[in-house]
Amino acid sequence: MSEHSAQMVHGHSPALVHQFETEDQQREAGSLGMWLFLATEVMFFGGVFMAYIVYRALHLPDFIQGSHMLDVKFGAANTAVLICSSLTMALAIHAAQTGKSKSTIITYLILTMILGAAFLGIKFTFEWTSDWREGLVPGFHFTYGGPYASGVQLFFCFYFFMTGLHALHMITGLGLLTTLTVMASRGRFRAEYFAPLENSGLYWHFVDIVWIFLFPLLYLIGGRFGGGH
Amino acid sequence: MSTAVADIHEVPAESRVNYLNASYGIKSWLFTTDHKRIALLYLASITFMFFIGGAAAVLMRIHLIEPQGALVQPETYNKLFSMHGVVMVFFFLVPSIPATLGNFLVPMMIGARDLAFPKLNLISWYIYITGAIFTLYAMISGGVDTGWTFYTPFSSLYSQTHVIATALGVFITGFSSILTGLNFIVTIHKMRAPGMTWFRLPLFIWAMYATSVIFILGTPVVAIAIFLVGLERIFHVGIFDPAVGGDPLLFQHLFWFYSHPAVYIMILPAMGVISELVTCFSKKRIFGYSIVAFSSMAIAIISFLVWGHHMFVTGQSVYAGLIFSALSFLVAIPSAIKVFNWTSTLYRGSISYEAPMLYALGFIGLFTMGGLTGLFLASLATDVHLNGTYFIVAHFHYIMVGGAVMGYLGGIHFWWPKITGRLYPDAWARFAALVVFVGFNLTFFPQFMLGYLGMPRRYAVYPDEFQVLNVMSSAGASILGVGYLIPLIYLVWSMRYGPAAGPNPWGARGLEWETPSPPPTENFEEIPVVTEEAYNYTGARQTAG
Amino acid sequence: MMQAGAASFGLSLTAGLFAPIPIRPPAASTIAEGVDKLHFTLTGITLFFTVIIFSTIFYFMIKYRRRSEDEVPPEIEKNLPLEIVWTAIPTLICFVLFFWSARLYIRNARPPNASTEIFVVGKQWMWHLQHPEGVREINELHVPLNTPIKLTMTSEDVIHDFYIPAFRVKKDVLPGRYTSLWFQATKSGTYHIFCGQYCGEGHANMIGWVFVMEPSDYAAWLSGGASHESMAQAGERLFTQLGCVTCHVADNTGRGPSLIGLYGKPEKLRSGETRIVDEALVRQAIVFPNSVILPNYPPVMPTFQGQINEEQVLQLIAYVKSLGTQERTGK
Repeated sequence: MSEHSAQMVHGHSPALVHQFETEDQQREAGSLGMWLFLATEVMFFGGVFMAYIVYRALHLPDFIQGSHMLDVKFGAANTAVLICSSLTMALAIHAAQTGKSKSTIITYLILTMILGAAFLGIKFTFEWTSDWREGLVPGFHFTYGGPYASGVQLFFCFYFFMTGLHALHMITGLGLLTTLTVMASRGRFRAEYFAPLENSGLYWHFVDIVWIFLFPLLYLIGGRFGGGH
Repeated sequence: MSTAVADIHEVPAESRVNYLNASYGIKSWLFTTDHKRIALLYLASITFMFFIGGAAAVLMRIHLIEPQGALVQPETYNKLFSMHGVVMVFFFLVPSIPATLGNFLVPMMIGARDLAFPKLNLISWYIYITGAIFTLYAMISGGVDTGWTFYTPFSSLYSQTHVIATALGVFITGFSSILTGLNFIVTIHKMRAPGMTWFRLPLFIWAMYATSVIFILGTPVVAIAIFLVGLERIFHVGIFDPAVGGDPLLFQHLFWFYSHPAVYIMILPAMGVISELVTCFSKKRIFGYSIVAFSSMAIAIISFLVWGHHMFVTGQSVYAGLIFSALSFLVAIPSAIKVFNWTSTLYRGSISYEAPMLYALGFIGLFTMGGLTGLFLASLATDVHLNGTYFIVAHFHYIMVGGAVMGYLGGIHFWWPKITGRLYPDAWARFAALVVFVGFNLTFFPQFMLGYLGMPRRYAVYPDEFQVLNVMSSAGASILGVGYLIPLIYLVWSMRYGPAAGPNPWGARGLEWETPSPPPTENFEEIPVVTEEAYNYTGARQTAG
Repeated sequence: MMQAGAASFGLSLTAGLFAPIPIRPPAASTIAEGVDKLHFTLTGITLFFTVIIFSTIFYFMIKYRRRSEDEVPPEIEKNLPLEIVWTAIPTLICFVLFFWSARLYIRNARPPNASTEIFVVGKQWMWHLQHPEGVREINELHVPLNTPIKLTMTSEDVIHDFYIPAFRVKKDVLPGRYTSLWFQATKSGTYHIFCGQYCGEGHANMIGWVFVMEPSDYAAWLSGGASHESMAQAGERLFTQLGCVTCHVADNTGRGPSLIGLYGKPEKLRSGETRIVDEALVRQAIVFPNSVILPNYPPVMPTFQGQINEEQVLQLIAYVKSLGTQERTGK
């Protein structure tokens, strides 16, 4: 996000930009800005979630059928991967906050990126490709003709839209992390200044939380282990 | 006050360094991060879009002189009203005051040097331009005929026009609003000058804050709604197609969840301007400051709870109708309170009638009428008859044009000397305000009558018995058009030939008036310290400077 | 053409200044006067407050105009009792208006039980209407005077809206579901039907006429002309033609349930929920059969989506409705 570039060095006192009077003011403004941005993201994902919830209520058997055609183990693995990546992100911020060396910060950042990339890898190369092979991608290759076909197509529309939107946010997050890694390698972060890390951390945690909602909503409808509708 | 004020009278604007002449060349404008220059970039683009939307309106009103249509084929007429709506709502009304006057004034009014995120501000303008380009491309390559409301399944399955390009344009421009709102909220929270407490803020700032709340919370939802329509069109997946289990009404819920609060995005800033104008031109504090401030916030919050009143005849349940109707009546109350407070501000004031004040007074009267006609639509039994007719068209034009546009013009005229350092000819300005007022009423009052008689909206042809009222409306539109062209001419003229304006030609109170006209890039040599309430007209003696 | 336009412009403008312009459409239904009363009360309130505000502003503008640059107005910042009064009065007015309107609306929302039903299918860009007796009309609706009429409506394509200004009734017409409105005409005559929801190129041409006739004239009109099969008879014909009768055997020995005595009763579905067998359910059974299977029956009914149009669906529903009055057999 560009409010981070706005906080990059302009001159004068390091990292203080001209429109702010003090570094505290700058830090608080950046943080409030990121929280507000996340509020817009809540409404953005919220809109899709509402549409999804309405259709699930209207077509529950269809959605159960569709949900059971997703591979829960990949979904669960991805959930674990993302939670760990939030941990490594928090550790990166903590490292900066407690004045650890830049290589510590960089290590945690890179670990976060690896986990994020693993999430995307699992999603794209395992889940989406097998969905493609099974003919479950509406608009491209949808050949399912079994029971509740039209509702299942609706389900998969939302599945791909919601996970795709989430993946787009993950990719943006990876871009942010790359920028942060470069900044860290240039020694920009220290105990008194790590706002970009903190704000990016907020963003990363948010993207994680969205997945925490997505996973049960999409993968766990109608029970999975002997329970069910 | 520094002695610089007295000196400024002797030094012509051109030879003093201000934000306009601090640097030259197109790159200094296209890569600026100065909120004042960005405001001007927006002003130019929004004015351009206004005249495009206005041209569509002129063509429509000419066409409607005759019952069988005087000008174009029905397909073209449908594209004209669609483009008129899309351009006017998303590319003019929503950004108008916030992106021009808001961008210019928010930092100045609170005593800051710039917004919290100046680069984000510039990016928001580029996003606006990108969205506008997509929409203009759609227009040039054949237009869109879904109406600005994009109702499904017509827009997702049946329309043969450039829905995706237009929808993309609207989707992209939405992010411009979101970033502007985000910037304003952070700036108002974190960058007020020392002593500028919340209840010393000008009411314009309260209005910008309330508007920004709606920007942040509402815009993402319409983005999703439009995105889903785009998905359905591109990939032929039946998200809103009943034949595969989709629900066309789901689109309407998602769409109106934003688009109702959006109309408050369009009016709250204008209300903020009116508070500034009425106080300055009656030289009085606003009557009931905190009530007006709280009313702005109340309007923003309640606006999110009433969207269903656009859907009373869709077959929604009686209970849903009752709830939305009650809440829609409720949302009218804070607006009524504001009208009473503005009128009371005039009591025992010292009133002068420069053009900004004429626009403000016109606003109060026309907004009262437009707002009260909203009650007809909040009322379930009458809305059944009036929904989808010209009554609705008249209602929202009274508020949007009689209200928001007049507030916008009043604000542009009021702050023009500050923004450009020039005075415009006030006689022409007052004349134009009168022309706009007369033309406006002649255009839209007959439409209330057409609506109750049963003439539906978006009709390219109509039964003969509606012709007289249509012709009256078209006659008014021609007058209104002239009324909008006159300010364009003299304002542009004044930028080169207008007499130099001092720092405070109106004798107004407010931090922005304590800077030179035009202001320097950094706004204030020293950040001011605020010690008095807003609109302190009755405290110190004020002489016009 | 532009000259004709200019001439008609000028003429109409002049005529309009002298000719009387009506302020309301004909009031030809039982609810019209009530709606008009509310509407014109609202008009009165609007004009009242507009005049008050405009004249107060005008009065202040003159009385308090600036007489000298040095004058300093008094400090009058607030008056809480006044604020409370002018908050309370509009709130009270809104309360009254809301309840008045809600009562009218609730009363107008439910058709009387003994309404005559007529079926409407909207499609780009015309109205198809079917009387149960079988008579079909396009863009025209003949109805008897002083008789409650219920219109059950659906769309073949996009969202339309059925609007009769003279009766003060309007309802959106949606694809994939049924909406309804009702009216009782009180004056014979001819009145506009408009499509009230933008639906594409021919939206402004999707108009028609309601003909309100004396009941005897209406009966004559209904039975006049070529003999028609009633909707229920047409539905029965389709029921056989499409093969429904092979599974839905009357004595319950088929693969599907008998439809005798079914319509109008609550039924528990396989999914566990209980629903009344009404138009919507029957349509859903025809188009999305596996979503409304009865318990103890296999989900093998094929869908007929795309094989029949909405008018034929309504005919099938009429047939099932006619079976509903008979006694249930077995099960």
